[in-house]
Amino acid sequence: MKHFFNAFLLTEIIKGMALTLKYFFFVPQVTINYPYEKGPISPRFRGEHALRRYPNGEERCIACKLCEAICPALAITIEAEPREDGSRRTTRYDIDMTKCIYCGLCQEACPVDAIVEGSNFEFATETREELFYNKDKLLENGDRWEAQIARNLSVDAAYR
Amino acid sequence: MKQNLKPLADETQIKPYTMNFGPQHPAAHGVLRLVLEMDGEVVERADPHIGLLHRGTEKLIEYKTYTQATPYFDRLDYVAPMNQEHAFALAVEKLLGIQAPPRAQAIRVLFCEVTRILNHLLNVTTYALDVGAITPALWAFEEREKGMEFYDRVCGARLHANYFRPGGVAMDMPAGLAEDILDWAENSVPKVIADLESLLTDNRIFKQRTVDIGVATKEEAFEWGFTGPMLRASGVAWDLRKNQPYDGYEQYDFDIPIGKTGDCYARYLVRMQEMYESIKIIRQAIEKMPKGPVKVDDRKVSPPSRAEMKSSMEAMIHHFKLFTEGYHVPAGETYAAVEAPKGEFGVYLVANGTNRPERCRIRAPGFAHLQALDFLSKGHQLADTVSIIGSMDIVFGEIDR
Repeated sequence: MKHFFNAFLLTEIIKGMALTLKYFFFVPQVTINYPYEKGPISPRFRGEHALRRYPNGEERCIACKLCEAICPALAITIEAEPREDGSRRTTRYDIDMTKCIYCGLCQEACPVDAIVEGSNFEFATETREELFYNKDKLLENGDRWEAQIARNLSVDAAYR
Repeated sequence: MKQNLKPLADETQIKPYTMNFGPQHPAAHGVLRLVLEMDGEVVERADPHIGLLHRGTEKLIEYKTYTQATPYFDRLDYVAPMNQEHAFALAVEKLLGIQAPPRAQAIRVLFCEVTRILNHLLNVTTYALDVGAITPALWAFEEREKGMEFYDRVCGARLHANYFRPGGVAMDMPAGLAEDILDWAENSVPKVIADLESLLTDNRIFKQRTVDIGVATKEEAFEWGFTGPMLRASGVAWDLRKNQPYDGYEQYDFDIPIGKTGDCYARYLVRMQEMYESIKIIRQAIEKMPKGPVKVDDRKVSPPSRAEMKSSMEAMIHHFKLFTEGYHVPAGETYAAVEAPKGEFGVYLVANGTNRPERCRIRAPGFAHLQALDFLSKGHQLADTVSIIGSMDIVFGEIDR
């Protein structure tokens, strides 16, 4: 009997419609207006790479090539030779962002926190070539994002 | 008017009509190409063609160190990344003869269950989308987004986590995360699941599309190597978390939901129920979460902490060794399987004593399920094939590997 009524009165369909309408009118909107509003990002977020500098402007990277060795996608290429002052620095530091899989192993490997994956995820380009990052581009990223990166690292320092 | 009623002499054979379904069809859940032999609207034979997403993961892993191999597991079943890392981590741990510390085990269990909810939310709602209900997908994706924020907070990526490592997890959970996960699992998820249930479970349209469609009996399920919700929907109470507990699953109190009929509807019901069980496990994992290290305290396997590496020469050497050469795994072979959301995900690992695996064979549950598509869809209509594909929960990342 109950089944008979349910079948004829479309109860479950009406219930479902009522629920949908409840969501439609009474549940606050959850979408965000993306380019102007963004979702939260954790301090551990692995986005665009950057090469950092010490506060005195000297590059951190010492060309130990751990990142090159650990990179599963073979995206990093480093060449190095000693500078005039005797310090060991890279002459070439390239990341092929089209190969990179954003696993974060390079920043885990880096003993001096030079290569980091920052919070930026909006680095789409029009051409493929623009995604072959060289040392200048990476250092520039580092300069631009330093404040954010330093904050992220300090928040996460206890866990690393 | 006089009509010629004689049959045409040169009649053309149009039965069975061979039809191509996919690989670009949205209901094919990825890059499935199906060659269907149709008799009118009725499927006579379904022939899945796979390999369009083949990336050679197994071969690639042979050329990577054990540390480098973990990210590849995220990219198999990209809806449930952490569960797959889990299988690999367990396999390597077995060969190394180590065990993750209790806190790492609890974190792994916690995130495996979060992933299970995320996976089932995606599957159930896209499945509903395939059979005509759009609303569930919109609601569940909001919930998935919240769940993936937890991924982001714990490891820095929303999908490709690279979080579980042989010997533990990459980093400890940040403060406050456990409370937020508990709040999400206890207050937010059950509401959404209940709403989905009220939209779908009794809905006559949904039931007409799923009840008695693609029935697999217990025997057939065994013969075709079904695992996970597919097997449980056929009435077999088989769950690796219970039958072969790993990483402390024996401490958790949860039930295995099983279906009675083995049809698409039963698979849907099993998945819905499993989400409630996952919530139970999440609650217990957070309440019992032990304190302590999250990586095994063996410098030959897991890298030292940053502070230690900066101050101790020995730790520095270990750091350099682990990130260049990696660790050597003693020769031997093992099979480690976990109950991934889709079924038994196994890794058969052969180590030869070097820092790279000799062979890494991956057992993907979706592969076994897809084989069954032919007998499940035989005699059903074309539109029912779509419900069957949806109910199988196939993801091409793991099938093509």
